[in-house]
Amino acid sequence: MRRAIVAFVCGLVFGAGLIISQMSNPAKVIGFLDVTGNWDPSLALVMAGAIAVFGVLYRLALRQGTPLLAPQFTLPEKDSLDAPLMVGALIFGVGWGLGGFCPGPAIVSAAFGDARVWVFLAAMIAGMLLYRIGLRRTHD
Amino acid sequence: MTVVNFTPWSALTGGALIGLAAAGMWWLLGRLAGVSGILGTALISRGEDFTWRAAFIAGLFLAGVAAAVLLPGEVQFNLEAGYGQVLLAGALVGLGTQMGSGCTSGHGVCGVSRLSPRSIVATLLFMVAGMVTVYFWVHQP
Repeated sequence: MRRAIVAFVCGLVFGAGLIISQMSNPAKVIGFLDVTGNWDPSLALVMAGAIAVFGVLYRLALRQGTPLLAPQFTLPEKDSLDAPLMVGALIFGVGWGLGGFCPGPAIVSAAFGDARVWVFLAAMIAGMLLYRIGLRRTHD
Repeated sequence: MTVVNFTPWSALTGGALIGLAAAGMWWLLGRLAGVSGILGTALISRGEDFTWRAAFIAGLFLAGVAAAVLLPGEVQFNLEAGYGQVLLAGALVGLGTQMGSGCTSGHGVCGVSRLSPRSIVATLLFMVAGMVTVYFWVHQP
């Protein structure tokens, strides 16, 4: 229960960060990706701000040895630059450019009252399940 | 190229909050705050493993609800894509993030912070793919 509360509060703060930085606005994301046209560099600074804070606290936490409310730090198991990583990132990038949504902002902006966001979320979840249940077996 | 709509301070402030939230997940729970991984695994897990993931997703959604209720008119939301386009976009984002083990948060923020080679490569690839897509979609409609 304590862990769920922590995760909930972190989700709230994460969402607040997405809203304040306007990453929950697809036009802002498209503006960043539109490098040859009317370019909005804001997204780069969102990442820089997040990386500056997380980069320091990530390392400070690791020095402690274990997390405060869990038995160990969990890191991704894969470490090779394999084909699924690269093909998946490219597919994700195309979808990101088409809509202006990545998963976090899509969940946040689902509350803004535009039905198209729910269509995006439904399709995203379907795509996730397709890979998790179906295609992954052929890769792993 | 023309620089427009640049909002450096809100970008840095919001980004710092995202970093702080990711640090909270890491320091307290030992988990990386990658939204696509948290959601994708929540879809196929049960029990304690499901609970914290669902709680994080609920927090994200409720941040949106709070903003819509408390600051109506303040929150900017402009979406050009129609239903067909968001449907395709969603399917590609869902499939791609699971195949590529992450999205803007997991790879772009957490992974790049950790200097993970996989995440740095993935971040470069999805950014270039997004830029190429916008180039062909926005400039050659």
